[in-house]
Amino acid sequence: MAVDEKTFDIGAKPLGGARVEEKLYNVRFKTDEDQSHLIVLDRDMCASCKDKPCTIFCPVSVYKWETDDHKISVSYEKCVECGACRIGCPYFNIEWRYPKGGFGVQYKNG
Amino acid sequence: MSNGERFDVVIVGAGLAGTAAAYLIAQAGLRVVCIERGDDPGTKNVMGGVLYRQPTDEVVPGWWREAPVERPVTEERMWLLTQDSMVQAGFKSNRYAEEPYNAFTVLRVKFDKWFADKAVAAGAVLVTNTVVEDVIRDDGRIVGVRAGREQGDVYGNIVIAADGVNSLLSKKAGLHGELAPNHVALAVKEIVNMTREKIEDRFLLNPNEGATIELFGDSTMGMLGYGFIYTNRDSLSIGVGALLSDFIKKKVNPNDLMERFKSHPMLKKLLEGGEAKEYMAHLIPEGGAAAMPPLYTDGMLIVGDAAGMSNAIYREGSNLALASAKVAADVCVDAHRVGDFSSAMLSRYAARLEETFVMKDLRLYSRTSSYFQKQTQFLETYPELLVEAAHELLSVDSVPKQVKQRKILRRMLRQRGPIALAKDALGAFRALT
Repeated sequence: MAVDEKTFDIGAKPLGGARVEEKLYNVRFKTDEDQSHLIVLDRDMCASCKDKPCTIFCPVSVYKWETDDHKISVSYEKCVECGACRIGCPYFNIEWRYPKGGFGVQYKNG
Repeated sequence: MSNGERFDVVIVGAGLAGTAAAYLIAQAGLRVVCIERGDDPGTKNVMGGVLYRQPTDEVVPGWWREAPVERPVTEERMWLLTQDSMVQAGFKSNRYAEEPYNAFTVLRVKFDKWFADKAVAAGAVLVTNTVVEDVIRDDGRIVGVRAGREQGDVYGNIVIAADGVNSLLSKKAGLHGELAPNHVALAVKEIVNMTREKIEDRFLLNPNEGATIELFGDSTMGMLGYGFIYTNRDSLSIGVGALLSDFIKKKVNPNDLMERFKSHPMLKKLLEGGEAKEYMAHLIPEGGAAAMPPLYTDGMLIVGDAAGMSNAIYREGSNLALASAKVAADVCVDAHRVGDFSSAMLSRYAARLEETFVMKDLRLYSRTSSYFQKQTQFLETYPELLVEAAHELLSVDSVPKQVKQRKILRRMLRQRGPIALAKDALGAFRALT
């Protein structure tokens, strides 16, 4: 559940019908297996980042806080290249590039 | 495109603005290249889905007769949602159901491909699968771009940055720093398949006509933004977006918001049986005139979303992109006619844009977003008050209407107070006019 009940009353309606992972089955990607176009610059910064907002506002949940490993994981292969993480990271800690030409998301409708 | 090749104009990005500029500049007989990072023009591009007839006619007259459009929009509805109710307004006109039409719903992947083909047929060179990574400077002046592939240098007298809301190129050119989270909206959208008959029945449409619905209030849980439903030929474009800063503040996940939106009781029957086909996300520049970068520098112009051109209040953006591209193309042609590519010459782009609706509207609504960002009552309190007022007046329960009116007034005064109500009315009026 991505909503913190303490800070926001979600109301009576249940959240989360379809998970984003299911939706991404319908989205076409050409993944660059060699390198990520999203780079977390300073991983220690993420550990000390209190809210870790990227793990919430990313529309495809690229960023996950791995509690066991105590680090941010970056599933760049499902990134739809919106750019929100670059702007929304409170520490400007994400280097955001476009995937190599022809790689990344390839929408069928847009 | 070969290494070191020279063009008159180099355009980065084959969205609406980039392709329009390429088309017009090629038509004028100049050598122009348009460099696109997607495998095909359109596959990286997302918008809500409304393309306006007249502004597009300014680029390709009669475009809608040949372009892949979905449906002409004959009705625009606005719904104000609370958790279990809604107040609605709308405009429907048969004038919009006939030539020359007002607007069409489109799917950008199909449309952009068609549009890019037009530009190529006019003589533009289109290069796909290619990311532009930097500008090339000579003596401080931008003289070309460097693409992220072997021998990817391309030179031009003028470079046009049409690389969209994230415009890494204008940042490389030093025209602006990073966007602020309250200057961009984050929107998610889904394509939901539905048969034509079902769409026309549910939206009360004549065959092949289309409707748009913008949904405020509970659709975004009070965040500054709105949801939308647009009818395509045999699918719906469903989306919801709000300021990135509001997503951060309220700790809302966009997909959760989408799911919540789609399951709203007022939407459920409309969407029932629809099959979700594609999920996407995109940023929309909403900082208004104040957040825009300089529109030109030595050797470069910025157009469309890259320049922050969108009018959130009227969900306009595509028309601003096309209009800015047209002005940019005119300036490029003028510059080549006299052989002057100086900054003074390129400044005509910014000056001419001021004379168009683009900058006039962007300036008119420059305060709108910042005003409503601070005045959260408009999307949090007022929908509730309006719904309760309607519920009170329309519930027939043997209570005299005067008592009902007093009750409504008391509720409003309790929630906002007389001074706040007056201030809100004046503030909203000033922010919107």
